[in-house]
Amino acid sequence: MGATAVTATPKSEPAATDADIVLRGVTKRFGDLTAVDALDLSIPRGSFFALLGPSGCGKTTTLRMIGGFEDPTEGTVLLGGQDVTDLPPFKRDVNTVFQSYALFPHLDVQRNVAFGLERRKLSKHAVRERVAQVLELTQLTGMEKRKPNQLSGGQQQRVALARALVNRPRALLLDEPLGALDLRLRRQLQIELKRIQTDVGLTFVHVTHDQEEAMTLADEIAVMSEGRIEQRGSATDLYETPRTQFVANFLGLSNLIDARLTGRDPRYATYETHDGATVRAPSELARDGAVRLGVRPEKLEILTEQPEGMNVLRGRVEVAAFLGVSLQYVVRTPGGEELTVIEQNRAGANGGTVGPGRDVLLAWRPEHPFVVDKETEHAG
Amino acid sequence: MGLRRRRRLTPYLLLVPGLAWLVVFYLLPSLNQLYVSLQEGNFETGYTFQWAWSTYSDAISTYDEQFLRSLRYAATATVLAFVISFPLAYFVAFKAGRFRNLLLLLIIVPFFTSYLMRTVAWQTILSDNAFVADRLRDVGLLDEDGRLLATTTAVIAGITYNFLPFMALPLYVALEKIDRRLIEAATDLYASRWQAFRRVTLPLALPGIFAGTLLTFIPAVGDFVNAQILGTSRQYMIGNVIQSKFLVVTDYPAAAALSFLLMAALLLCVFVYARVLGARNLQEAAL
Repeated sequence: MGATAVTATPKSEPAATDADIVLRGVTKRFGDLTAVDALDLSIPRGSFFALLGPSGCGKTTTLRMIGGFEDPTEGTVLLGGQDVTDLPPFKRDVNTVFQSYALFPHLDVQRNVAFGLERRKLSKHAVRERVAQVLELTQLTGMEKRKPNQLSGGQQQRVALARALVNRPRALLLDEPLGALDLRLRRQLQIELKRIQTDVGLTFVHVTHDQEEAMTLADEIAVMSEGRIEQRGSATDLYETPRTQFVANFLGLSNLIDARLTGRDPRYATYETHDGATVRAPSELARDGAVRLGVRPEKLEILTEQPEGMNVLRGRVEVAAFLGVSLQYVVRTPGGEELTVIEQNRAGANGGTVGPGRDVLLAWRPEHPFVVDKETEHAG
Repeated sequence: MGLRRRRRLTPYLLLVPGLAWLVVFYLLPSLNQLYVSLQEGNFETGYTFQWAWSTYSDAISTYDEQFLRSLRYAATATVLAFVISFPLAYFVAFKAGRFRNLLLLLIIVPFFTSYLMRTVAWQTILSDNAFVADRLRDVGLLDEDGRLLATTTAVIAGITYNFLPFMALPLYVALEKIDRRLIEAATDLYASRWQAFRRVTLPLALPGIFAGTLLTFIPAVGDFVNAQILGTSRQYMIGNVIQSKFLVVTDYPAAAALSFLLMAALLLCVFVYARVLGARNLQEAAL
């Protein structure tokens, strides 16, 4: 059955044949609450894939359905082409790194890491060898005899990772694996996690609410909201051309301006903003109807003279802040929007900020804006 | 300076009430009984101190049967209580959901009635022409002239019933403390449900098993109420002997000597048991 599924996949979708983990129409309801809503997802083999979203968006439930801890209300879960929807966790070739680590408190590091291999009846010799290997990979050599309560948070996290990795599963499922650590350690372990994933070449599915973490680690990110995938793509795609207002606001800061399409040529489409200014955006993004034009704060420049070939809005500086590495402004346009501008601190001590109250021009290049449909604001 | 000294002394000051209690109500009476156990004489002529160690050897040779019976009954009742309590505690801890507190209350409810009254109630339940015995005869589990009351079965059943909460509650506490995600982690690491239970749940429940078995076994060995009410002299335990020596025969030295022998036997049992279960591992597992 797995074989027919693969051959039946049309050639035009090479990603699907390469996919290690496939969810088809997966829905999970808890009583009246729909946690995951008719989700289709395919995760390519060997990729570092992130499920990113705010708490309650269904990302952890999705991961738990791949791991076998939750049964989907509807839909199918496939691992390597095999339907595993009805298989319990211990019959699935994936391992999980739990948010709380869930290390066995009565076993030392060695026995914790060896747990999976022992259940699979490997020889004592093979177990010892593979545990030693993975402890070296995760820089835990010498900790074999420690109990979990004798380890720091970062070390516990590494043991959890080693305990899953040592089984060489088809895929590793990571549920906010760095969520319990402080910022500094988190950044350090992010780099390490990426290194390990590159070394072992396993598929990693990483659940996180930290957009920076997802962007640092993942080859591909799926942004989730209310049980659905809003948009999926590389960090660059999601940041530069978000397709929904939710994605534009969840990943980084966005300035969104209400606008209406008025014309298009092969390169650029022209929009009229709600306060009457005319701006251009790439033609391939053109959308009819009520839209919002978005531009990232660092793409905006504050000028005092009219530039050539750029989108321009007038405004007055409301707030100017010196942040060391950058200067941050809030500029109010005549239409009432407050736009954020972030400028690199290139001028140094001679520059300083443009003071509040000044009338300025906000300019940005016409290839920079993105277009999203106007939505009524999400509550919260 | 004064503050530092106060801080150093505080832990010891906190011990004072407990220590005082133990000295007055445990250590002093024990020493007194040790003294009594080495006396000779009788109730009419009075007792005098003689270093009479022979009381101890006589007690062992005369009542070895009751000693061994006590250990046997208590061990059987402890095992039975464990077999009944573990599934019960497991269910309450993991599956009962919102009924958890109600079920816990039901386990404790019998304590609202006196121990003696409950045992007398069992006398009625097990009596010869009552419902239980009749039904057992109907299905052939009991002979036509067979009895339930005044048998070994009745005494062991009584002990099991009376000490069940002492087993169930520590087991519940230990099981309830186990993080459910550990069991998920075990199944994630290729352990079947049975293996997850065997490798994770059971080792983590060990402190509760240890506490529960001791809390059941120790008072059960010294119990005399069940044998007296539900048994006959053929079921008498060492507790019955001590009770009768103190209150009926008024042979105080023999009673005191038997009490000390019982205490020594229990200490030995607990020591061996702790060694076998590995008390050190237990403490580490409990952390």
